[in-house]
Amino acid sequence: MLYFSKLRVFSVLIFTLIISYFTISNFTKVDDEFFSKNIKLGLDLQGGSYLLLEIDNEPVITQRLQSKVLEFKKFFKDKDIKVRNFVIENKSIIFDVENSKIEEVKSLLDDDKSEINPYFQQYKSHQFNIENMDTSFKLEFSDYGLVLLKNSSLDQAIEIVRRRVDEVGTNEPNILKRGNDRILVELPGLDDPGRIKSLLGKTANLTFQFISSSSEESFGTEKLSFEDGSSEAIVSKRIVLSGDNLMDAKPTMNNQTNETVVSFSLDRVGAKKFGKATSNGVGKRLAIVLDGKIISAPEVREPIIGGNGQISGNFTFQSATDLALLLRSGALPAPLNIIEERTVGPDLGKDSINAGIMSLIIGFILVVAFMFYKYRFFGLIANLALISNLFLLVGILTLFEATLTLPGIAGIILTVGMAVDANVLIFERIKEELKNENNSIVAFDSGYTKSRTTILDANITTLIAAVILFFMGSGPIKGFSITLGVGILTTLFSVYFIARLITAYYVIKNKHKEKLI
Amino acid sequence: MKTIYFNKFYKSFNILSGILIIASLVFLVFKGLNFGVDFKGGTLIELRTDKSSANITKIRDSFNQMNLGDVSVKNFGNETDFVVKFEKQNSNDPQFIEQIKTKLSNSIGSVDFRRVENVGPKVSAELLRSGVIAIALSLAAMLLYIWIRFEWQFSLGAILALFHDVIITLGVFSVFSLEINLSIVAAVLTIVGYSMNDTVVIFDRVRENLRKYADVKIFELTNISINETLSRTIITSVTTLLALLSIFIFGGEILKGFSLAMILGVIFGTYSSIYIANPVLVSLKVSQRTIVKEEKE
Repeated sequence: MLYFSKLRVFSVLIFTLIISYFTISNFTKVDDEFFSKNIKLGLDLQGGSYLLLEIDNEPVITQRLQSKVLEFKKFFKDKDIKVRNFVIENKSIIFDVENSKIEEVKSLLDDDKSEINPYFQQYKSHQFNIENMDTSFKLEFSDYGLVLLKNSSLDQAIEIVRRRVDEVGTNEPNILKRGNDRILVELPGLDDPGRIKSLLGKTANLTFQFISSSSEESFGTEKLSFEDGSSEAIVSKRIVLSGDNLMDAKPTMNNQTNETVVSFSLDRVGAKKFGKATSNGVGKRLAIVLDGKIISAPEVREPIIGGNGQISGNFTFQSATDLALLLRSGALPAPLNIIEERTVGPDLGKDSINAGIMSLIIGFILVVAFMFYKYRFFGLIANLALISNLFLLVGILTLFEATLTLPGIAGIILTVGMAVDANVLIFERIKEELKNENNSIVAFDSGYTKSRTTILDANITTLIAAVILFFMGSGPIKGFSITLGVGILTTLFSVYFIARLITAYYVIKNKHKEKLI
Repeated sequence: MKTIYFNKFYKSFNILSGILIIASLVFLVFKGLNFGVDFKGGTLIELRTDKSSANITKIRDSFNQMNLGDVSVKNFGNETDFVVKFEKQNSNDPQFIEQIKTKLSNSIGSVDFRRVENVGPKVSAELLRSGVIAIALSLAAMLLYIWIRFEWQFSLGAILALFHDVIITLGVFSVFSLEINLSIVAAVLTIVGYSMNDTVVIFDRVRENLRKYADVKIFELTNISINETLSRTIITSVTTLLALLSIFIFGGEILKGFSLAMILGVIFGTYSSIYIANPVLVSLKVSQRTIVKEEKE
């Protein structure tokens, strides 16, 4: 165990130096991208906001079922099959079929090549599960059908979220999918997420609908209230134009009324539709509806054909800016709920870093002093191993651009405390061996050999805990598991390559000395 | 070094451990744990006031007027810092936190919100579940590892020692109503690793000695093994405790609970490797035949 080939010494040295370089690169500035890596600080250290959003897919499911009903009606009509009594109940479509066509409908729905109820070969599942009782059919999304629906609404939503967050212009936001109905938004450096939250909390479904002339709610109209809650109006359900046709929107000042408005421009299809509707509707009031609330309902004085318009509605400059931003980024497929929020102010982050570094330095000094007191020269070797261990650990974290969190710093300090264990096990073993062995080289050698399984056992158990934490933990805890896990690997390296190398060199030089350790 | 007769006290310390475990379980069942917002849901606000005139009573009074459910206010580190926790969480309302801040400024003067955590009921239930799964999984993984590496008598001893450490550490948290949050779960897992580590070192030596001495009774043999590894046990515990104490004292308020749990775990872990794991080997009458038989197979 004490013999090292020249090549090995050389490679250990080179490896240690290269990794240590990355530790130092945290404190220096180099232009080259690869050589100027920095450890990333978690939100708890640099300050910032962490938001976990969950998509409320209920409305999407209902919407999808409604459009599916239309598809079914058309499909059966084309096939000359009479179906009646379509209802949507408990997230399923129910309808009746004439007696003679039951089998035909069944096969149309249940076939692997069904046009209306697609079959997904690799998941062995149709889009809908079918239940049949006499003439009545009940269709419900299959598990896979739901997954498909959720995935597509998540894909759309994350795109919109990204646009909205980017528009606000925060520093390096991190937006990720979580499962099939959640979105994680990390906003470093943001200590007041109020604005982002209000932007993400709106679906931003914009529609233009005419105000109905009748004062009673009837088929084809709905009662909607105004944004400011002042009054209500009966609005035609027919949508003249929706936000999908919007190309751009920005806050502007209306020179005539001296009020802040949102001016928008439409794409070609939208402009055409809008022109036609406004030509027919001169004199009527057109309601501008956002998420089911009327922002304003101006009277159409003349046809608007250019595809440009304005939305007024008692805006402040800020609220007009936000509305324009929402309209530009598009509507979310479904409402988002913020189910978890963690915000750390930059002051606290800085305090945490300082406290973390302070306790690292003090913990390090205490351990180093104790080891020197216990083992003298060999304590120095263990301490040297400990220092290189720290350099390797921080270097590797930097190289892989791992995120350092406050619990992560705690993991590093804990590594400092536990890393000496391996060297202690070896030194104690050597002491025992020296009691029965006069040749100190043999004693050192067998000390290393005999302690090896114990050291591996001891470190593997801690590694198991770290790996489980990594997979089960979130955010800051993940940071802890990374430093703890990488710390074990660097510990083993520093003990078996660096400390052993120095020990070997020393023992071979001083083999005749009494009381080596 | 002089031999210490640890084995003389196996019985008495086993009784003590038994009492501690029962007491911990009683507390855990009847008093329960003080779950933080991570696991209970709700809102946590760490705030700093600029005047020292603000005290807990004043802050609690102003929060109580806001209809937020149960409010708890605690000093956090120095006298201008406080942590406020309440059940209500309303992260969907973007103005929720802003309104609290405004109302608070009106009653106690300017405040700085240093940290806001808002956890919904669904997320907290999930975090709790994954925390429990993580601990259960790590216990199972340790069991598996030690079962592969050692004979079943050893596994049983090590696992009993683990449960002992985890239960008593949680018991202490229950007695003193210390907060259980995500970082405590991390601490418990690390305790599991550390306690195992400590036990494995002694067990390795026990097994080695079993091979060496055929005629020494396990009662004596465990004592020899404990003594042979004692200086390592002490040095490693001391260095680990030094590092943890440094975090506890200088690492700031956020890491206090974490480092306290770890400190307790290291103390109990060291104790249990000696006084739980080894007596199990003694009462299962482990002998040279135990390991020889296994190795033949």
